[in-house]
Amino acid sequence: MEIKNAVAGTLESGDIMIQIAPGEGLQVDLQSSVAAQFGRQIKALITETLTGLGIDNAYVKATDKGALDCTIRARVTAAAVRATGKDVWKD
Amino acid sequence: MFVPGNNPGMMADAHIYGPDSIMLDLEDSVTMAEKDAARLLVHNALKSIDFGGTEMVVRINPLSTPYGRKDVEAVVKAGVDVIRMPKTETADEVRELEAEIIKVETELGCVGRTLIMAAIESALGVVNAYEIATASKRMMGIALGAEDYSANLKTQRTPGGAELLLARETIVVAARAAGIACFDTVYSNLDDMDTFRKEVELIKTLGFDGKSIINPRQIEVVNEVFAPSQKAIDKALRIIAAIKEAQAKGSGVIAVNGKMVDRPVVIRAERTIALAVASGILSKEEAL
Amino acid sequence: MRHTKVVTLEEAIRKSGLRDGMTVSFHHHFRGGDKVVNLVVAKLAEMGFKDLHLAASSLSDVHAPLIEHIKNGVITKISTSGLRGELANEISHGLLKEPVVFRSHGGRGSAIASGALHIDVAFLGASSCDELGNASGCPRSENAKSICGSLGYALPDAKYADHVVILTDDLVAYPNVPKSISACDVESVVVVDSVGDSAKISSGAIRDSKNPRDILLAKQAAKVIINSGYFKEGFSIQTGTGGASLAAVKYIRESMIEQGIHASFALGGITAHMVKLHEEGLIGRLVDVQSFDKVAAESIAKDQLHQEVSAVEYASADHVGSAVHALDIVILSALEVDVDFNVNVLVGSDGIIRGAIGGHPDTAEDSALSIIVCPLLRGRIPCVVPKVTTLITPGKGVDVVVTEYGIAVNPRRPEIAERLKAAGLKVVDIHDLAAKARSIIGEPDPLPFGDRVVGIVMDRHGKVLDEIHNIVD
Repeated sequence: MEIKNAVAGTLESGDIMIQIAPGEGLQVDLQSSVAAQFGRQIKALITETLTGLGIDNAYVKATDKGALDCTIRARVTAAAVRATGKDVWKD
Repeated sequence: MFVPGNNPGMMADAHIYGPDSIMLDLEDSVTMAEKDAARLLVHNALKSIDFGGTEMVVRINPLSTPYGRKDVEAVVKAGVDVIRMPKTETADEVRELEAEIIKVETELGCVGRTLIMAAIESALGVVNAYEIATASKRMMGIALGAEDYSANLKTQRTPGGAELLLARETIVVAARAAGIACFDTVYSNLDDMDTFRKEVELIKTLGFDGKSIINPRQIEVVNEVFAPSQKAIDKALRIIAAIKEAQAKGSGVIAVNGKMVDRPVVIRAERTIALAVASGILSKEEAL
Repeated sequence: MRHTKVVTLEEAIRKSGLRDGMTVSFHHHFRGGDKVVNLVVAKLAEMGFKDLHLAASSLSDVHAPLIEHIKNGVITKISTSGLRGELANEISHGLLKEPVVFRSHGGRGSAIASGALHIDVAFLGASSCDELGNASGCPRSENAKSICGSLGYALPDAKYADHVVILTDDLVAYPNVPKSISACDVESVVVVDSVGDSAKISSGAIRDSKNPRDILLAKQAAKVIINSGYFKEGFSIQTGTGGASLAAVKYIRESMIEQGIHASFALGGITAHMVKLHEEGLIGRLVDVQSFDKVAAESIAKDQLHQEVSAVEYASADHVGSAVHALDIVILSALEVDVDFNVNVLVGSDGIIRGAIGGHPDTAEDSALSIIVCPLLRGRIPCVVPKVTTLITPGKGVDVVVTEYGIAVNPRRPEIAERLKAAGLKVVDIHDLAAKARSIIGEPDPLPFGDRVVGIVMDRHGKVLDEIHNIVD
């Protein structure tokens, strides 16, 4: 799928900022205050969410401020929607 | 309690403060550029976060905007309890929303699950309050949105709230005539708890069931004002006990403390006990 | 003045007989504004000293310059109650060859008194000092710049060190009385421009937290205390300085007034909040090992019922006369609490050192009722866990844990659980709290610890309690 650069999320506590850009394969660059404990899982969730939306090629820069999984899913989806122009809702 | 739908930090633990209902907002507290992201945050939060039995409400954007329909899809698919529709002016708008909700519920196989709350925020809305309140079986309550309403009236909000009197009384009357709940508008000055308390006391007297709040610090005041006194609770319990005893004996006329107990008295007693349970003063077992 | 001990810092160091490999000590009463440690160690480095053991009562962010001195071999061993900032980060990554020895305030006092921690030269900052060495944390002239109030953590050093150097930025006329440190215990006095940045020693008045979570936790903590069975005429109390602890004082005060109950004393860690209650007549006396703010420092200077105590008199386990033995209630915070009620206040959940032991294990063990107040989660970091990353305060001394999701009571205190339940409080099983935290944040991966021991945690009685390993990035 064609993607252009897009951003979703903020640097507020409990949030994650996702910057997505075209790339080769799925590459996730993660900065997180809980990198040691949850880094692996956060990267896996980002990758899984993008794959689920049909995106297999992208470079993702993620700046995490302690976001829970549901927030990560939401922000990655929002960035993907903005990057592809294809929404997940009807209409 | 209103919680902006674009703030994941606030949504995660809003329920720990014990509000009766949490209202995640997709409308006025979210900028246009972030409507898409907020909708996703709210959808995912509703699906994953354990709000501990708190009633979950989402204020969607009006269906007349590019966002409304997607909001309905997103929140119904996430299992929201109540959809709050802003700026409701006519019964037709309610029916339009209901149709949209039915579309999504049908897809999911859960028709009838989602309730509606209508916020009345304009003169026309107040004029049509009863029609709005009865426009759908799903309508569980109507509420006043004072900011937009007072602007619509071409006046300002004042601490005494004179400009809101008719709207408040109309909404209470319409709600009671329709047999549904009614809620008052938010008070935004967190530093003036005294005026806030006075406003809560006023709207309780007018007959409102509750009030919208914007910060956990306001919860205690609302609970305190709405909580019946111990004296009132004891009296209510005595009345209900007397009724039960009379019913068991098959007696028609009931007196408590030498006073006749007729229907309005019983209804007030039941309401007092319900409020006592809601305020946490009585447990459900004690109330039976 | 016929006799004077006033010399330059260099002269003072020469006179002390300090040699490579010896132990130098400092107190931390100037907290984030301290200048003494960096000043003295820089001079020691300049004079060519090596292999020194730095025994501070605590260290903080402001002591990052020690990193260079460690790299250069000036300091090769550290004893302290805590480490923060860059210095802590570097040490967690293996900067020091020898593990840091961590002790509680009471533990350090006992160790100095018994000789287990022997101090060769103590460099003690003072807000005022006279030419013969009577030193105090209180201001004595209009030139007073760095006020700290109680010098409780400096007193054991002054009494037991082989050689004592006082550094002050306000030399006053003899006699500087009332004094904390006696001139007879002091060898040299050094006058410097500034011993501490007064803006950072303490904030003006610590404002009441408006954070709804702190307020919720504070109200719950206050309810626990009021219904614990210990809230009666003459009770004694100590609180930490976290937002929730201080806010709790407000709600406790309301009940004290309502029920006509007075406290016999407050211990600690004295803040403006406690001074206010004392001046209102609600607390009889203030027993002060550290004055946290200006109000407390001013109070100790003028009020006879507000008394300074040394770290030994405050919390030594070896001395049954220490104040913690008379303490009824203590409110503490935590980085982590586990299902056995063990507490960690020193090492973050990422394995990096980032706190201080302080008086935590001292007060928890000897007080009648110890209450830990902490949120269930801090962002995605759990505070209630299956097992603490590092053991600082053993669970047998911890009675109650208050979180926003419920209150857990140590099974050793069933009578407290009963009282709290009877009062309508939400008492839950601590295992449920740990599970709730997990269900929200997920299961964390194990931390990347290495093989090197970078820290040893001593218990109050001088035994090794736990080890801290290095973190491998």
